[in-house]
Formats: sequence, C-alpha cells, structure tokens
Amino acid sequence: MADPLHQFKIEKIVEFPTFHIGGVTVDLSITNSVMAMLIAVGLTCLFFLLTTARASIIPGRGQVMAEGVFGLIDDMADSIIGHDGKQFLPYVLTLFLFILSCNLLGMFTYFTATSQIAVTLTLAAMTILLVLAVGFIRNGLGFFKLFVPSGVPWYILIVLVPIEVIAFIMRPVTLTLRLFGNMLGGHIVMKVFAGFIVTGLTLGGLGALIGVASMGTIVALTTLEFLVAYLQAFVFAVLTCVYLSDVVNIGHH
Amino acid sequence: MDVQSATLIAGGLKYIGAGLATLGMIGAGIGLGILFGNYYVGALRNPSAAKTQQTNLFIGMALTEALGIFAFVIALLILFNAPSL
Repeated sequence: MADPLHQFKIEKIVEFPTFHIGGVTVDLSITNSVMAMLIAVGLTCLFFLLTTARASIIPGRGQVMAEGVFGLIDDMADSIIGHDGKQFLPYVLTLFLFILSCNLLGMFTYFTATSQIAVTLTLAAMTILLVLAVGFIRNGLGFFKLFVPSGVPWYILIVLVPIEVIAFIMRPVTLTLRLFGNMLGGHIVMKVFAGFIVTGLTLGGLGALIGVASMGTIVALTTLEFLVAYLQAFVFAVLTCVYLSDVVNIGHH
Repeated sequence: MDVQSATLIAGGLKYIGAGLATLGMIGAGIGLGILFGNYYVGALRNPSAAKTQQTNLFIGMALTEALGIFAFVIALLILFNAPSL
C-alpha cells in the first residue's frame, strides 16, 4: 500500500540560494507548502475582487456570497467581543479566510498547508501575541486579573490561579494542535481508504467487495472533510474572538 | 536475548504503544456525544434559542476535541520516532 504520509512531504519548487543572518541559515525557497498558501491567498483575493467589483444596493449572486462570509464573521465577532468587536474584525476575518482557503485547497488534492505544524503554530502564535499585546495595552498590569476570577474565596484561589495560568499557557498549544491534528488526521484517513480500494480490487473476489465498500466510505469521508475544513476555520476564528474578548472585557465576566 | 531480537521486539511494541495512545480518543468521543446530545435536547425543547447557542456549541466542541487530538498527536509521535521521545 502506498504511504499515506507521502502527501505531506515538502518539496522545493523554486530554489533560492540560502543566506545567513546572525548565524541562522535562512532558506526562502518556494516549497509546495508556500505555493499552496500563495494559491489560496490569490484565489481568496480574486474571489472578493470579482464579487465586490461592481457592488450594488441590490446584490447579485457573487455579492451575496461575499457579504455572507463577511457578515458571518462580523456577527460572530460582535456577539462574542461586544462593542469593540469591530476593531478586531480585520484580523479575525483574515485568519478565517486564510485557514478556510488553505483547508479547501487541500481538499482538491494539491497540498494542505494547514496540515503543517509550522503553519498552524505561526497562526496560533500570532493570535496569542495579539491577545497579550491587547491585554497589556488596554489594561496594563490589570491583565493579571484574567487569572483571578472574581467572587471566589481566597483559599480556593490558591488552587484556581495555577489552573488558570496553565489553561492560558495551553491556549496556543491547543490552537496549534487542533487545526494541525484535524487536517492531518482527516487526510491520512482518506488516503488509507483510497489505498484499501486499490488493494481490495487487485485481490479480486471478496477483496473487490471491500474495494467497493471503501469507495463508498471515501465519498462519505470527503463530504465530512469539507465540513471539517469549514468548521475548523470557524472554530479557530471563534476561539480567537473568545481569547480577545477575555482581555478586552476583563473583569466583566 | 540478544540485542538484535530485543530491538525487533521493541520495534513491534512501538505500534502497540501508538495504538494504546489513541485510546485517549474514547474520552473525546464520549464528550462529543454528551455535548451534541444535550445541545439537541435543549434545541428541540426551545428551538428559538438554539440558533443563539450555536457559537457556544462550537466552542465546547473545539475544547473537547482538542483532548482527542492530543492523544492522536502522541500516537503520531510514538509511531514516527519523534526525537524527543
């Protein structure tokens, strides 16, 4: 059976010479991962340029689609963060569209950039750095009130504060691993079942039956993966909003 | 037992370990079942409020699912000889 992990192999498409900055070797070659991200971003830009080029009061089909995506994230940010949600809308919308387009591009058998832990870690690190920056700029040292829930007796706080600190530290880790694990796991499962089809059919007889059953399974799995692709992008955006809301509305909860 | 067969057995036990690590997903599965089950119970009793709680449902789903993903990642680390293990 073919290696189901082969699809995640990174290959250089365009090679650039490496250079050194402060003892660190920097390689800016365009790999298939970078290419997938470029295509995803390009398609997203193209989609929004085409659908909103001639925006009108009575929207056409394309404009309804674009406004639907925008409205979805706008409503979500407003309902979670509250009045200040508009400030963070550009970041959350960009994040959502980038992850969604990368996930969906992965469904069209080219390359899933979000199945690389380097990519998801970068996204999670950006989010958590933004949360820290917003928290310290808006509240100063009041940021640490995040770890001290109000209305709790002091003897419970002794236990609760370390738990809250650990929960906060785990946030970027879970953000990273959730997206990475979902995309990696889903694509491995699909390729494993695709392998079953080939092995089953070559066996003949009862094996052919297994091959046909696997074919049915893979069709069902593909629809599920499209759902997961959308859901994980949405979940990432929702959690970004929740974490931002924690530091924006400190002491309001 | 000589070194060669010990290495072979250890290589096989690795797969058992990876399989055992995925057992952590049982908990995530049960958790997701409880989560969605209770959501639908609530949604069918009060359909007008169901829409407003959808975001909370996804937050709960994400947090529950993360634990299952942890088990999956540990299994992958064992399976592919991560340098830290």
